[in-house]
Amino acid sequence: MSIQAAETTTTAAGYVLQAENLAVATLGGKEILHGISFALTPGRVLALVGESGSGKTTAGLACLGHFRTGLKHTGGTIEIKNKYEEGSTDVLSLPETGRRGLRGGSISYVPQDPALSLNPAMRIGDQILEVLRVHGYGKTDAERRERLAGVLTDVGLANDTAYQRRWPHQLSGGQQQRVGIAMAFACRPEVMVLDEPTTGLDVTTQALVLQTIHGLAEKYHVAGLYITHDLAVVAEIADEVAVMLSGDVVEAGDVKQVLYKPQHRYTRKLLSAVPDLAGRRRIGDVTAITGDMPVVDPETGKANSSVAPGLAAPSAGGKHTAAPAATSAAAPEGTDADGNLLSVKDLRLAYGSNQVLDGIDLALTEGESMMLLGESGSGKTTLARCIAGLNDTFHGSVSLAGTELAHGTRDRTASERHRIQYVFQSPFSSLSPRRTVAESVEVPLLMSGKYSKAQRRTMVTEGLDQVRLGASYLDRRPGQLSGGERQRVAIARALVNAPSVLVCDEVTSALDVSVQASIIDLLRTLQLDTGMAMLFVTHNIALARHISQRLAVLQKGQIVDLGVTGDVLENPQHSYTQQLLANVPSM
Amino acid sequence: MLKLITRRLLISLVILFIISVLVFVATLLLPGDPARAMLGQQATPERLEALREQMGLNEPAWLRYFSWLGGLFVGDFGASVTGASVGELLGERISASLVLMVAAAVIAIPVGIIVGAYSALRRGKAGDHTASAISLVLAALPEFVIGIVLITVFSTTVFRILPAVTMSPPGQEVWEYPAQLILPVLTLVLVVMPYIIRMMRATMVEVLDSGYVEMARLKGVPERQVITRHAVPHALAPVAQVVAIQLAWLAGGIVVVEFLFRYPGIGQALVDAVANRDVQVVQALSMLIAALYIVVNLLADIVGILTNPKLRTESAS
Amino acid sequence: MSTLESGARSPEETPEAVSKEIETPPGLFRRMMKQKQAKIGMVLTGIIVLVAVVGPLLLPWATGYTSTEFSGRPFQPDGWFGTDNLGRDILSRFLDGGLRLLIYAALATAMGMVLGAAAGMIAAYQGGWLDSVIMRGNDVLLALPQLVFALLAITVLGPQGWVLVTVIGITHAPRIARVTRSAAAGVITEDFVRAAEMYAVPRWKILGKDVLPNITGPLMVELGLRMTYSIAAIASLSFLGLGLQPPTAGWGLMINENRIALMLQPWGVILPVAAIAVLTVGSNLITDALARASANVEETK
Repeated sequence: MSIQAAETTTTAAGYVLQAENLAVATLGGKEILHGISFALTPGRVLALVGESGSGKTTAGLACLGHFRTGLKHTGGTIEIKNKYEEGSTDVLSLPETGRRGLRGGSISYVPQDPALSLNPAMRIGDQILEVLRVHGYGKTDAERRERLAGVLTDVGLANDTAYQRRWPHQLSGGQQQRVGIAMAFACRPEVMVLDEPTTGLDVTTQALVLQTIHGLAEKYHVAGLYITHDLAVVAEIADEVAVMLSGDVVEAGDVKQVLYKPQHRYTRKLLSAVPDLAGRRRIGDVTAITGDMPVVDPETGKANSSVAPGLAAPSAGGKHTAAPAATSAAAPEGTDADGNLLSVKDLRLAYGSNQVLDGIDLALTEGESMMLLGESGSGKTTLARCIAGLNDTFHGSVSLAGTELAHGTRDRTASERHRIQYVFQSPFSSLSPRRTVAESVEVPLLMSGKYSKAQRRTMVTEGLDQVRLGASYLDRRPGQLSGGERQRVAIARALVNAPSVLVCDEVTSALDVSVQASIIDLLRTLQLDTGMAMLFVTHNIALARHISQRLAVLQKGQIVDLGVTGDVLENPQHSYTQQLLANVPSM
Repeated sequence: MLKLITRRLLISLVILFIISVLVFVATLLLPGDPARAMLGQQATPERLEALREQMGLNEPAWLRYFSWLGGLFVGDFGASVTGASVGELLGERISASLVLMVAAAVIAIPVGIIVGAYSALRRGKAGDHTASAISLVLAALPEFVIGIVLITVFSTTVFRILPAVTMSPPGQEVWEYPAQLILPVLTLVLVVMPYIIRMMRATMVEVLDSGYVEMARLKGVPERQVITRHAVPHALAPVAQVVAIQLAWLAGGIVVVEFLFRYPGIGQALVDAVANRDVQVVQALSMLIAALYIVVNLLADIVGILTNPKLRTESAS
Repeated sequence: MSTLESGARSPEETPEAVSKEIETPPGLFRRMMKQKQAKIGMVLTGIIVLVAVVGPLLLPWATGYTSTEFSGRPFQPDGWFGTDNLGRDILSRFLDGGLRLLIYAALATAMGMVLGAAAGMIAAYQGGWLDSVIMRGNDVLLALPQLVFALLAITVLGPQGWVLVTVIGITHAPRIARVTRSAAAGVITEDFVRAAEMYAVPRWKILGKDVLPNITGPLMVELGLRMTYSIAAIASLSFLGLGLQPPTAGWGLMINENRIALMLQPWGVILPVAAIAVLTVGSNLITDALARASANVEETK
């Protein structure tokens, strides 16, 4: 059975909430939680960590005596310490009215997606006042309004009446999340359950929200249950950790002990999959590219200095070993006068008055991997799509091997289309559910019109083989595949035409961290094997040293930093990059 | 917000205008000569010519269109094949039909909304299953089937307590014999209500599963307040749409029901006019019903704008 | 230890990943047939379709009369179900009256589906001015209730079979187009359509091979719904005396002809009314089951 977190982390008297042998099953009888235990102490934050499907949200909601439609409580207790008297109460044996009294009062909840959880037809001030009224906080309305202003200040929002009268849609994502926290904090709860409250926020906002939560927990002695999949965030906020896998807690303990001396093999595997900014950890089996394999040759790679002046040549330690052997044959006709394979010049794009991309200059040499880093709204996906010809409304030029390409993919020649391939962010969206794997992967071959049916089948099988999927996958449909397998299929589709440039748009952001590691691993291997150049678009700076030799930082449609990955990370030139690096949670 | 509503209003007017063109052009396709149709085969060429002149048939089509359209605005709907003014012919019938429609709407809308909401709140329980099954069956049945079943049960074979057809003599108001209204109204209610029930249920189920309703529960808000403050306001706009469609449907469905019960309303008039190829009457009634549809839909759109703070605030700034 | 076993499991096989299955073509039909109401609907519809298809073949062998033959005086209890207003055998007319209704309804539905689905998909895919034109055109057509539109057409063109089919097909089209457009709009924003664009797959092929297969669920629901409405609309028009014309046998027409003698000779009305009721209820049950299956809602019963 699972490890008894309660015994290892808290003394019997210190806890404010204790879950014991909590079991939850679907109405159909399938067990979701197999009897897990954990305990929360005032002023401390327990992080419940797990990948998708581990049951962490179900466990969090159970603390409030809430089970989503289709789920039922099958065993175990949740004891919460009584507020005014000795002893404790089992939340799960309370009737609905009793649970209601606790919810929002003694135990509160901060939801994952504030955009969905705030009532769009109610002003934010009223939504917070509602919880105060329901729990009879204060004697008069004036007192409650005073609390409302106070709690808004506590979470770092404006507290004037005009702000209170705003509608949820008039706030940014980060502000909405802080309203959610204010609502949870309004009645001064003893326990706060936070369900991935920073997912979907950019790192700067995430840092602010984490700071707010940490401050509140410490200042007001609140016990926190922080549900997350992000181990770096855990290191940042938690005092204790419980690691969940498929409905069980497999390891629990002090944050330092679990993160730095993990006992359970799953924890170790999870930790080894987490990318780190320093690139010390090796995620996957292939070594990080940056240090050992500077593909940009110090002697011929002058292209660098033209795009990023002032950059020193890559570290002298770089040997030629990694120079992509496979591309050498294609090299002579594959580059332009400056030695660049792909070059983007003064690319601009605006929607109305909104300048999405503002004069982008970028170049990729053969076999090179470049990371394009940007937060949501920076224009990174738009730029990637302009290069791939999926967005033809831009000004400026995209050239491949010295030839300027038409803007739209339909206006490019077949061979130009073959040479630039694009992998989409979500494998749940990029494969038609009604096509088999073979049917999806053969589309590019079919469109080239050069191959017979049998040839296509062989090439598809080879493509799947390249992404470590066997021929048994040929006739499956996406519905029968996991997220990681789907992304491999999508990569195979991009590879069958042997591209010279692969554009990867946030290809790992929809995947769990361990799957992300395997995909990164695969991409690196493929790049070495085939010698293609790669533009890896992401918001996750921690991946930088694991995938790219050079790093371009995009902010509001402009490239603000560009250079060899290590140099940019260690010596960021632009204030934005400096700020990003300062806010990245790390372990 | 005003800008948004004005825009909808303008679109509605344009649609109404296009419909008027369509309705008018349709009559141009009509084979034969309206003047001959009125005067019969024996008419002399002189008389035909005189009538054509009088009816404006010699004018170009677009001119006739505008004089027809102008007439609609001042309440002149043209003349029927019988020579009588269409406006006079329909005046009484319109009020008779309105009685039927309003009575059906007043019953069907609130009952439909309440039953639908009840179903959603008791999802999966016996009451929900019963309501869903009944509304599913009723929604499938054409109105004349429901009407005939009601007649069979209440006025012929089983009970014989209600009149099967309208009895009031011409010239008398239909509501002076309330008993004769019961079956037609009940038929319309049974036809319209299932859609409102089903839509209300579906909308409420969706709203009850939403993040903000779950959040309200997790804040400890009492269930009654969760429903009245957090769920119902979001269900109003989609239900207003369905109610609008159903009201508009009433305008069409009333044709069959009036014919079945020999009720002296516009539906009956329309069927007679079609059988007699009385173009002016068909035109006038088509325009009337289309106008009703557009007005009701416009109202539903306005409800949608008013209940959505995003739409309400966006154009204000 | 159970934890170690589950720890050994690859995280790619977590329940979440497995449960993310998206509907596959055989699944829709099977999920529909799992529901009790679908089975009931199939049986009800099957019986009436059988009567309508086989009925005409059985004449005059089963009753001794054709559907228009004079078999006695009006409203007599001769034969199995008596005679109608003109003294024709009711059973004969009943057996002969269903097939035409079904064929007309099926043709009208098919026409509406083809027009509506094509217009809806093109509107969703092309967007821009074409989308506006198609959808505003829809609004115009929608502003006239189906029946009123049909009556207008019948006034001008007369109550012929092709007029009925065409006018009902055309009035279905905008309703189907709306549903198709919103379903297709959801699919078109998916990246697999963008991927097909990237590979320069011809546009008609994208619509046919990537969009259409992914909206079959809502389209099937719409097909069922429109079939139910087509049956009701054609029967209603015949009932008003403006659809099928005498002396053709038709269920709606029979009701119109015989309702004056409902107390005297109820079979002339009850048989066709029951048949239409069973048929529409049956097809609506199937449609509803299909809708549930397509929405992937498994109601716990």
